[in-house]
Amino acid sequence: MSDHNYTPQSKFGKWFNDRLPLLTLANHLTDYPTPKNLNYWWTFGGILTFCLITQIVTGLVLAMHYIAHADMAFESVEHIMRDVNYGWLIRYIHANGASMFFLAVYIHIFRSLFYGSYKSPREIIWIIGIIIYLLMMAAAFLGYVLPWGQMSFWGATVITNLFSAIPLVGEGIVTWLWGGYSVDNPTLTRFFTLHYLIPFLILGLVVLHIWALHVPGNNNPIGIDIKKPSKDTVPFHPYIVIKDGFALLMFMIVFAFFVFYTPNILGHADNYIEANPLVTPAHIVPEWYLLPFYAILRSVPDKLLGVIAMLSAILILAALPWLDTSKIRSAVFRPLYKQFYWILVADVLILGYVGAMPAEGLYLLIARVATAYYFLHFLVVLPILGLKERTIPVPLSITEPILGGSPNLAAVKKKDSL
Amino acid sequence: MINFFRISFLITLFLGFQLNSNAAEKIEYLKTDWSFKGPFGKFDRAALQRGYQVYQDVCSSCHSMKYLSYRNLVEKGGPEFSLEQAKAIAASFEVKDGPNADGEMFMRPGRLSDKFVMPYENEKAAQAANGGAYPPDMTVLVKARGGGVDYIYSLLQGYEDPPVGVTLDDGVYYNKYMYGNKIKMSNQLSDGLVEYSDGTIASVEQMAKDVTTFLMWTAEPHLETRHRMGFKAIVYLIILTTLVYFSMKKIWSRIETEV
Repeated sequence: MSDHNYTPQSKFGKWFNDRLPLLTLANHLTDYPTPKNLNYWWTFGGILTFCLITQIVTGLVLAMHYIAHADMAFESVEHIMRDVNYGWLIRYIHANGASMFFLAVYIHIFRSLFYGSYKSPREIIWIIGIIIYLLMMAAAFLGYVLPWGQMSFWGATVITNLFSAIPLVGEGIVTWLWGGYSVDNPTLTRFFTLHYLIPFLILGLVVLHIWALHVPGNNNPIGIDIKKPSKDTVPFHPYIVIKDGFALLMFMIVFAFFVFYTPNILGHADNYIEANPLVTPAHIVPEWYLLPFYAILRSVPDKLLGVIAMLSAILILAALPWLDTSKIRSAVFRPLYKQFYWILVADVLILGYVGAMPAEGLYLLIARVATAYYFLHFLVVLPILGLKERTIPVPLSITEPILGGSPNLAAVKKKDSL
Repeated sequence: MINFFRISFLITLFLGFQLNSNAAEKIEYLKTDWSFKGPFGKFDRAALQRGYQVYQDVCSSCHSMKYLSYRNLVEKGGPEFSLEQAKAIAASFEVKDGPNADGEMFMRPGRLSDKFVMPYENEKAAQAANGGAYPPDMTVLVKARGGGVDYIYSLLQGYEDPPVGVTLDDGVYYNKYMYGNKIKMSNQLSDGLVEYSDGTIASVEQMAKDVTTFLMWTAEPHLETRHRMGFKAIVYLIILTTLVYFSMKKIWSRIETEV
């Protein structure tokens, strides 16, 4: 932003802008030079912003009608579904919105992994992103407890009980979290408070995430540093705005399909049974987006080590910029990394699958192998690969491969999308 | 772009797997045509009215319907009883009200604004009267069971003599669709059990279908609105997406890069 010399046209504009440079900011956001070869995987940042705003707006309306009390929460949700004007629509958008949010964030994260967007100079963007992802998981978990159905109650019991694995103080911490000796009304009211708070923390972090992005600028499918502005860039408006808009609309069609035609398919039937501390559901499973981590947790026989493994699985991502030793960002020029990348994708999908299955027999074995591979990928494969791999020569600019004259023209043209 | 679709497809496939796996044990449920399935699905009004009759005559002696009010019976998208019919239905129940000026609770005929009267005072009373098993509230029952309407429809017709080697305690019955096959509700439906006012023959199959349709409505009272609005919303989005797509092509044609 420092390279901006913008002077508003009107006298008032100039007077205002000298005191609070909002117009400079607006100008920066519209002019922001963006690599012109960004593909559709880059549209998920905008989509995620949309998801966050949607969750906050629908959440505010729901909070006006929801009652955070163990005896009334379930009933108040039914009240929203039946008697509040379009309450069913708002609740279904909010509930499915969480799933859509995670779908988008997983694509966003895996895009980063493929194109090496986490590498220098974008480590801070990446780490803020990981914190946002952690907060999203917290918000989603807390939100799932609020309807006070069976899965809410028992999910809350299982997850909060994880803290009891901490030596010495574990039991005390769990009691403190619950506000009592079991998941009960005090737990619900504090979960509601935190569920309301976290989205605004996320919003603040999103601002930082974008701010940090606007310092080095976007990475791009061929992963090279580009001169800005130059022939390699386009102004954010209208080029990227319209493209993001188009992708967002496509996303909204999928979203609408879930909301209007299969609103409950991503949830668990047990959550339409009111919470009952005396009856344990046959299988306690988290929402689909947490399943890979659930699988990692259960694959370790020891409770404390399981919790550590699960947390490490997420936190290891924060160290990724230093674990990946390759100087080349984009997988387009890293033939071996590309194969390992897809193995990782498959590994995470497998973890998600076994996370939904009972932790026994073959499923448990698969979960263990997949968990081991997950850590192997980050701790062994990535550091060694970066040093040993023979990469394809990288072009000097985005226009170069397009205009020709590059020995790897064909490689770039063919592979700059996944 | 092609890759984009390919991977979206993979994700959808994966989600599909997840959903299948959530259903856990696979049992083939009895199949029937539900009028409310599909993007244009609507309730069969007559089936809803008959279903209400089955609920009222058979189920309601044990199962509550606590999130439903008598006024809902009149509302659009439901059984759409006439106002007089619904008032008469409500008035046929005694509702506890009060306290009055003397501080006494009193009984009065039900009104449209009342919630459905519960068969038992509380959950403990319900358990005591049913051999320890609590007959679940039926308002959202269809959404609270993995198999949904197909499960309920099958369960109602799934009573059998236990296979050799399976012994049942007193008050426990064998049902091939029940989880674990043991159910504390006895077989409720028998041919001709209710007399439908519209003259439909009350076979077990017919009653099971009607009451399940009714339960689908009690669980999703706005289903018809949802389907209608969804169609409009998606058509609107598709048109807008097309327009935006061509605008995008036009804008990006200013530079030689492909979008």
